[in-house]
Amino acid sequence: MIFLDHLINGLSLGSIYAIIALGYTMVYGIAKMLNFAHGDVIMIGAYIAFCGLQYWGIPPVLAILLAMVFCTLLGVTIEGFAYRPLRQATSLAVLITAIGMSYLLQNIALMIWGANPKSFPTTFINGSNIRIGQLNISSATLITIVANIVIMVTLTLFTSKAKLGKAMRCVSEDRGAAELMGINVNRTISLTFAIGSALAAVAGVLLCSSYPILQPTTGSMPGIKAFTAAVFGGIGSIPGAMLGGILLGVIEIFGKAYISTELGDAIVFAVLIIVLLVKPAGLLGKPMREKV
Amino acid sequence: MKKLIALLLALALTLTVCAALAEEPVVLKIAHIGPTTGAAALYGLATQHGAEIAVDEINAAGGKYQIELITEDDEHNVEKVINAYNAALDAGAQMILGSTTSKPCEAAGAQGYVDRVFFLTPSASSTAVIEDKDNVFQVCFTDPNQGSASAQYIAEHKLGTKIAVIYNNADVYSTGIRDTFVEKAAEMGLEIVSEETFTDETTDFTVQVGKAQEAGAEIVFLPMYYTPASLILKTASDKNYKPIFFGVDGMDGILSVEGFDTSLAEGVMLLTPFVATSEDERVKSFVAKYQEKFNETPIQFAADAYDGIYILLAAAEKAGITAEMAPEEACDLLIAAMKEIQVDGLTGSMTWDESGAVTKTPMAATIVNGVYVFED
Repeated sequence: MIFLDHLINGLSLGSIYAIIALGYTMVYGIAKMLNFAHGDVIMIGAYIAFCGLQYWGIPPVLAILLAMVFCTLLGVTIEGFAYRPLRQATSLAVLITAIGMSYLLQNIALMIWGANPKSFPTTFINGSNIRIGQLNISSATLITIVANIVIMVTLTLFTSKAKLGKAMRCVSEDRGAAELMGINVNRTISLTFAIGSALAAVAGVLLCSSYPILQPTTGSMPGIKAFTAAVFGGIGSIPGAMLGGILLGVIEIFGKAYISTELGDAIVFAVLIIVLLVKPAGLLGKPMREKV
Repeated sequence: MKKLIALLLALALTLTVCAALAEEPVVLKIAHIGPTTGAAALYGLATQHGAEIAVDEINAAGGKYQIELITEDDEHNVEKVINAYNAALDAGAQMILGSTTSKPCEAAGAQGYVDRVFFLTPSASSTAVIEDKDNVFQVCFTDPNQGSASAQYIAEHKLGTKIAVIYNNADVYSTGIRDTFVEKAAEMGLEIVSEETFTDETTDFTVQVGKAQEAGAEIVFLPMYYTPASLILKTASDKNYKPIFFGVDGMDGILSVEGFDTSLAEGVMLLTPFVATSEDERVKSFVAKYQEKFNETPIQFAADAYDGIYILLAAAEKAGITAEMAPEEACDLLIAAMKEIQVDGLTGSMTWDESGAVTKTPMAATIVNGVYVFED
């Protein structure tokens, strides 16, 4: 029984990692850059939803939609101002810019909302916990898992069937060739950021529904863990992010429960190192051959 | 020419004597150092505001001493606190009220030990803050006192015998209290059935709470600040687990977290020497002034800092500190004075020994309907 309890806790934590990892993997797969500000866009999304729920008293669905719209605009703006001018620069320059952007967002949040942690209202999502015998599954967990599957399937279908999605894959495979074929690379990358940031808003709400402390650094640690999950599952692969996230969450909880709470994080990263040694592209990643 | 010099000298001497005779108030320069931004801002702002109330009172009373309060922000960061400390000295501070939190206070206090600067911390409660430093004194309990006092309180009030401890093993504050709690608990015949750790980045407490529940703990001891504590309360509520949660001074402030569902904290107990709803006349007056000036209810940290200013005043008076005295000169005089004074503050009647630790009786409050209530 206690095993099942831990498993459910692991799935719950993992599904949060997975939903954040989807954003990382999407941007990396198409724009070939690590958007380290992703975790902070999540935090901003959560704050917007918090304001909607707490200050303006709008219905939860509207608050989430508002957060999504705001984050979409934010993501596109960040991409346009900070990343687009660096399109031809080295990947290191882009990486550093992303880290800088991450701190910028944190400090802006600090300025607007202050340092005091806020408690995210969770009553709307935690209405009914599901009880099976002694097992307790919170509705936040179920909603997160369902949201994950829906998003993963939609994204996979979008990139394989829709015209814009196909354009994304072209840009991902060969940016130069895609441009020659008449694909607007800049617009495609902007679209990727728009989708990734809208996902971040959803992830922010789900993250704070499960762990309702909201402060300017809320996005950083989950962001790093989710990035790890994305690498674990094979960065660039959408089902990989999902698998990586869920596995990471389950390993973390089992590590804490059966080995030691002190070593929880160490175990997670040790597993990551082992997987990458055996399968450098990650679990579902495609091994890529660099042309020389 | 000689006559002129003699005349000038005599004149200068007379002037000095006159200046000394006139009843000019002595202006003490006290620097408050604490995190007024960052993760621990709630505490730093509370101590700063509490100190401001005391300074306003003293300056309005117009006694022998007037106080000029210098404020510096350390962001609860061990590097930034040194900058804050240097800035305070540059601004002419003679003594320091700070730092609010343990780790920064430990760092700044050590620097102050080398430079010979007197520190009185309102709320940094780790032993390391005063250890091997004769220049640092505390208004609040030292952690050992909080941990062992909690165990003593639990045993004496027969709250339960099976106890789970969840603590932050990356934080000196949390581990310090945990160590003495565990020691005292064994002495008092309390059984620790589960002991789990977390770190600053932890947001998921399902394992820690689950293990306490599985072990059948009646009391969960939470030696930590309120941010992780609020997540633990939420997790326990999700798991339908209802033990008595017992916290220490870091738990204070949980009710003022914006958006926090206070029903989660119902029945939570915490060791605290100050409750804003107290009927005590001086507490009432302090709370009224604080609410008027800052539009919020003071927490324990504010009361500690309020007392801190009065303690510094009492020590300065005893030591005969003057406005011109450099911090290094004032330091040894203040150290000697601290061992002799007794101050009746909002947080109790206090005396100090050589270690810098305070002696006062611990009290515990319970959260009932979203407010603290003293149990006795």
